[in-house]
Formats: sequence, structure tokens, C-alpha cells
Amino acid sequence: MITNQPLHRREVVKCLLAERKDLLVVSGLGSATYDCAAAGDNEKNFYLWGAMGGSVPLALGLAIAQPNKPVLVITGDGDLLMGLGALTTVGAQAPKNLAIVVLDNEIYGETGAQPTATAKGTDLNAIARACSLKVIDDVFNLGKVKELSQTLYLGKGPIFANIKVEQETPPKILPSTDGVFLKNRFRDAVLS
Amino acid sequence: MNSPQNPDLIIENSTKWSISIYELLHKHFIRQVVYVPDSGHSSLINQCHRDRTIETIVMSTEEEGVAHLSGAWLGGDRGLMLMQSSGVGNCVNMFSLITECRIPFVTFITMRGQWGEFNPWQVQMGQNTHEILSLSGFVVHTIDNPEDVVETIDAGLKLAFDSSRAIAVLLSQRLIGRKEFVEK
Repeated sequence: MITNQPLHRREVVKCLLAERKDLLVVSGLGSATYDCAAAGDNEKNFYLWGAMGGSVPLALGLAIAQPNKPVLVITGDGDLLMGLGALTTVGAQAPKNLAIVVLDNEIYGETGAQPTATAKGTDLNAIARACSLKVIDDVFNLGKVKELSQTLYLGKGPIFANIKVEQETPPKILPSTDGVFLKNRFRDAVLS
Repeated sequence: MNSPQNPDLIIENSTKWSISIYELLHKHFIRQVVYVPDSGHSSLINQCHRDRTIETIVMSTEEEGVAHLSGAWLGGDRGLMLMQSSGVGNCVNMFSLITECRIPFVTFITMRGQWGEFNPWQVQMGQNTHEILSLSGFVVHTIDNPEDVVETIDAGLKLAFDSSRAIAVLLSQRLIGRKEFVEK
């Protein structure tokens, strides 16, 4: 059930990344990857094109390796649901520099808009809270998104925010699919 | 996880060679060790947990470990995953991340269902682990004898990080010892 007016995913991501500093971004496969590319390609983006369920654990390994840099996962409800166990690991490790933002449209948007469990009552914020993450559960407008974007740099993670978004299909903005290129570019940017 | 049994014998066996492996982790600058536990790895896991220079983290499933160590590498850390053969089946699609991005990856796998196994549910993965890893793009080394542990693992770690490859080292059931079903 969508109880508040859902936001537009492109506007949410654009707002989250508008004033990014040394932020490292990991995007989950599908629409979240296109959203991050649409906000402006960046060498500190690591786009997943597959590896469904992998965005959160990948970001955890990165956050532990780079404890002084903020790490943000932007992903969808489908990707998060496939790797839900990773939230327990994030909660147990409690990295202060990690934030997870879920763009929850309650459907598998890439494959024909089949409903996910969040369409039928699964509350991802409640799950994250039960895993000891610091949940921001009032992101109902762009003002709140902007507030969220500023908390990414405070080292007060692990932060989690599930944001309800419209079931829409914005134009596909596709970043490179070349994994070796994306890896080398990102790693060079992080380690330089 | 495993069925009821007394794992003391396996832990005693694994203690003998886990010390050598632990020293190799430092030689190769391993900074993050992720695992889903197995009795055969327990000595090494305990050594890593006691070492404050290594982040040692339990995973909820093995595929999580594949993604985790990919992120570690993107952030400049070398990693290692410890799992048992049944866990390889949980990883297959996630392996595409390391092969497509050509991320150096090392896993040490304790074998079940391979040699005198008492638990039939372990046999399917135990008998197919090597082939599944090969199909997934891994270089696979197998250790049957304790005297081969150091040389094989040293070579595997070097190959992974010097040549940006995925390496699996299979610690055979003959090496770690069979689990026996003990009725108490």
C-alpha cells in the first residue's frame, strides 16, 4: 500500500547526488543504475548491470575498505529483496560511512511490472530497523530527500531509507556495461 | 549447516595446517576475510577473528561474500572467502560480477560429499563443485595432502592478485578428515 504520494525516482536521485562531495555510489541493477547515470555519469559511481542482490554487500565491503569515505547504495526493492540477508550483516558490522536508499516502486519494473512483496505489506524500513540500521522513514518529499543527502557525510550510519516512488518508466540513460572499465575507473578514482 | 556430529576430530586436523595458511594471509596482504562457517575452517576463522589487522566477517549466504569482496577490492582491500562445497551452489550468478569485472578473488573451500560422506544431502554439490567453478571461470586447485597446503595456497593467492583471476582452492575431504555421525 502506498500511503503517501510517491516521488519521482529521477528527481530523488538527482537531489541525492546534486551536491555530492567525495561520495562513492553503488547502484543496483536496472532502473537504479539508469537513474544514477541520468543524474550525471561519475567516476565514483559503480553501476551494477547484474549480480542481483549484490548491491548492499558490495557496498559493505567497500565501506569497510574505505572507512573515511561515505558510501551510498541506490537500489530498488527487487534487488534488496533478493539479498535481504545482507541487511543483517550490515547491522552487525554497523559501518558509520554506509547509507542505503531504496527506490521502492513495489514492482519488478524491468520484467513486466510484476508486484514485489512491498506491494503486499512487506515494510523494508521495519526490516532494516529490526537489523539495527538507522532508519529514516519520513522521506515523503524532495525537501526530506535533500536533508537525507546531507546526512550522508556525517558518519552516522548505517543509514537506511526506503522511499516510495511512482511506477513509471523514465527514458533509459545507459552507462557503460563494460565491467572492467567500470571497475578500473572507480578503483582509480577511489585510490588516487 | 551440518548435521549432528562431533566435529572435534576435524578441528584437530585443520589446526595443523591452518597456522600455515594464516601466515600466508599476511604475506599476501589479505585485509578482509568473509566466511560462512565450516568445521574444517574453524581454526583459521578463529585465528582471523583474533587478528585486529584483518576484518573477519560472517555472511548470511555465500553469494553475499562474492559481492562483499568485490566491493572490498574496489576500495583497495584484498580479501578471502572461506566456505564449504555446498556454498558454491549459492554463488553461481554472483560469480558473474567477478568474471565480468575481472576482480581478483580467492576462496578456500572445504569439501563435503566427496570422500566417505555420511550425509547424502552433501553429495550433489560435493561431486560437482570443481566443475561448477570451472564453468564459472575459476582456476581450481585441489589439495589432498597436508604437505601441499602451503605451496598450493601461496601459488593460488599469487595467481589471483598478480593475474586478476578468480581462484578456488579445494581442501579435500581426505585432507580435512571425514565427519562421522556420532549418536549420543
